[in-house]
Amino acid sequence: METIERAIDPSHMKISDEIAIQIRAMNKWYGQFHVLRDINLTVHRGERIVICGPSGSGKSTLIRCINRLEEHQSGQIVVDGTELTSDLKNIDTVRSEVGMVFQHFNLFPHLTILENCTLAPIWVRKVPKEEAEETAMHFLRKVKIPDQAHKYPGQLSGGQQQRVAIARSLCMKPRIMLFDEPTSALDPEMIKEVLDTMISLAEEGMTMLCVTHEMGFAQAVANRVVFMDQGQIVEQNTPREFFNNPQSERTKMFLSQILGH
Amino acid sequence: MSDTHAQTVPFVRDTMLPQAAPPAGQAGAVRWLRENLFSGWVNTVLTLLGLLALFVLVKEMAPWFLHSVWNANTLTECRQIVADRWGPDATGACWAMIRERWPQFLFGFYPSNLYWRPVTALVLLFVALAPVLFPGVPRRLMVFSVLYPFLGFWLLWGGSIWLPVVAILGFVIGYAVWRVLQRRSPLLALLGGIVAALVWWLFLAGPVNEALTSALPLGLEMVRSDRFGGFVLSLTIGVAAISLSLPLGIMLALGRQSDMFLIKTMSVCFIEFIRGVPLITLLFTASLLLNYFLPPGTNFDIILRVIIMVTLFAAAYIAEVIRGGLAALPRGQYEAGNALGLNYFQAQRLIILPQALKISIPGIVSTFIGLFKDTTLVIFVGLLDPLKGITDAVRASTDWKGIYWEPYIFVGAIFFLFCFGMSRYSMHLERRLKRDHR
Repeated sequence: METIERAIDPSHMKISDEIAIQIRAMNKWYGQFHVLRDINLTVHRGERIVICGPSGSGKSTLIRCINRLEEHQSGQIVVDGTELTSDLKNIDTVRSEVGMVFQHFNLFPHLTILENCTLAPIWVRKVPKEEAEETAMHFLRKVKIPDQAHKYPGQLSGGQQQRVAIARSLCMKPRIMLFDEPTSALDPEMIKEVLDTMISLAEEGMTMLCVTHEMGFAQAVANRVVFMDQGQIVEQNTPREFFNNPQSERTKMFLSQILGH
Repeated sequence: MSDTHAQTVPFVRDTMLPQAAPPAGQAGAVRWLRENLFSGWVNTVLTLLGLLALFVLVKEMAPWFLHSVWNANTLTECRQIVADRWGPDATGACWAMIRERWPQFLFGFYPSNLYWRPVTALVLLFVALAPVLFPGVPRRLMVFSVLYPFLGFWLLWGGSIWLPVVAILGFVIGYAVWRVLQRRSPLLALLGGIVAALVWWLFLAGPVNEALTSALPLGLEMVRSDRFGGFVLSLTIGVAAISLSLPLGIMLALGRQSDMFLIKTMSVCFIEFIRGVPLITLLFTASLLLNYFLPPGTNFDIILRVIIMVTLFAAAYIAEVIRGGLAALPRGQYEAGNALGLNYFQAQRLIILPQALKISIPGIVSTFIGLFKDTTLVIFVGLLDPLKGITDAVRASTDWKGIYWEPYIFVGAIFFLFCFGMSRYSMHLERRLKRDHR
C-alpha cells in the first residue's frame, strides 16, 4: 500500500465540540430499493471522515443526501443547524455552506477556469466581480494552477481539472467539503496532486467527508473511517483501529480484498 | 538499437526518439486527385461520367443565361431581341422583366411614394441585429435592438406614433411592478408584472393612445396590411416569427423538462398538437376560424395573425431541437450548479442553456431557414408572397404573359441569399463558441 509521506501537523486539526452535520435514523429508497438504511452519523467541526465500502453500498448516495442532491424519505439531516426538508430556502442555505467535489469534476466547459470559480460567488453570494476574481485567483494559487485561469476546462488535464473543481468549491467559502470519489476518474500519475490539495485543505481544519478508495489518504488524514455495506454503516473507528483491528467480518473481508495484493 | 533482435526479451531504450516529419510526396494536389478521383478503374469511370454529365448540363443551360436580355418592355420584345441577335431558334433569359417589376417583388402593392419606409426599416433592422449577432459591437446598442420591433412596426404600418409608445409603456409598467414585488417573492413579482402589463394593454392603452393622438397628432400615413407583399411581407413575417419563436421555444423546452405536472403536460400537449398539424391548417385557422372565436367587430390584423401562427409553429419545432440539446448535457452539470447553490433560473441561464443552445445551433437555424421559406405559404390566406403571389401578378399582366423561369429563379436566388447567410452565420457561431480541443 502506498503511504503518503507528508507530516501533518495535528495542532491545526482540532476537532471542536460543535456539531457540523447530524444525521438521525435516515432512510432512503430508490423506488422499492432500500439504498440507505437507518443511517446515524454525527460529524463535528474539523473532522475528516473517510467513507469507504464496496461499490453499491450507498456511500455516494449518503454524501449526496447531505447537500440534497438526493432526497431522503425518512429521518433527519441537520447541516450547520439547518434541517434539510423540502423547503427550498433551507436547501439553498445548506448548499451555499457545503462544497462538493465530484468524481467527474463537472466543471462548466463553456466557461474559463476563472469564470468557473467566480460564477457562484457572483450570482449566489452577490460578491462584486473584482472581489470574486481576487478570491478565485487566491484559491487557484493554492491549488497551484493560477497560470491556467484563462483557459477552458477542456484544455486541462484530469488532475488539473479536479484541482480547479476544488478551488471552485472553496471560492464559496464553504464550512464543510464533500468529496465524492475525487480521484477515481484520474490517471495514477495525477492522483497524488489532487490528494496533496486535499491534505493541505485538511491541515487548515476544514470539515471534510470523503468517499474514496485511497486507503493511504484515509490513514494519513482521516480521524475517522466509516465503512458501509448494503446501505448501512457497518463499522466506524479511527484509522489505526479500523485498519489494524477491524471488528466485523464484512470489514475484514473488504480490507483483505483491497489491501491483500 | 540495431543490434536488438526479436529473441532478446529484455530491452531498455537509451535515447528517446525526436518527433520526425512525414515522408516526402505524401501531400499535394496530384496525390489528392489520385486518392479521391482516380483511385481505381471504377472510380475513374465514375469521375469521367460525372464530368460528362456536368458538361452536358452546362452546355444546355449556358446559352440561355448567356443570351440574357436586360432591356425590353415586354416579353414579345425580349424574344424578338434574342431572335435578332442569336438566330430564330435561340433561347434566352428575359431579365428585363425583373428590371421593370422589381419594386413589386420587393414591396408588393406598398404605396410607391412610401418605399423609403420599408427601406429604412430594413437598414435599421441590420443595425438592430448587429449587437445581437456579433459580440464586437458595443453592448449599448442593445437598447436600440430592444426598441426596434416597435420602431419597425411603426415604419411599416404607419399610424400614430403613440401606439408603439403606449405598447412600450406596457412593458415598462410590467417591469416596474416586477421590480417592486421582487423583494417579496419572485413568483408573485412575475405574476404581478404580467397582470399589470396586460391590464394596461387591454383596458388603459386604448384610451391613453386616443387621448395622446388627439392632443398631439404625430404620425405617418397608415398602410393597410393588404398592401403588403413581396419580400417586405416575407421579411416582416420571417424576422418577427424568428425573434419571437426562439424565446417561446426555449420556454416550451424547459416546460417539457419541468417537474411540475401541469406545466409539463401543457408544454407536451402544445408541442405535439402544433407539430402534428400542417402549417397551412394553422394559417387557415388564423385567417378564417379565429374570427369566429373573437368578439364580433374586432379587426385583428391578418399579418399579425399569421405571425402568431408561424411563431407557434416554429416554436414547437425549436422546443424539440432544444430538448435534444438539453438531453445531451451530462447530469453532472445540473448537479454541479445545484451543489454551488445556484437556483433553478440561475442554473438554467448560466450553465444549462448556454451549452444546450450551443449544441442545438444547427437544428435551430435549420428551423429558422424552414420558417423563412414557409412564409411563402401565406399566399393561401390571400397575402401576396413573392414566390407565387407576386409572380402570378406579373404573369397576369399583358406585357409579361408567358414568362416562366425568370421570376422563379429571381425569387429563388433572393431566398437562397438569405438562407445561405443564416447558414453561414450559424457555422460562424459554432466555431466562435467552440471551447474544447482548441
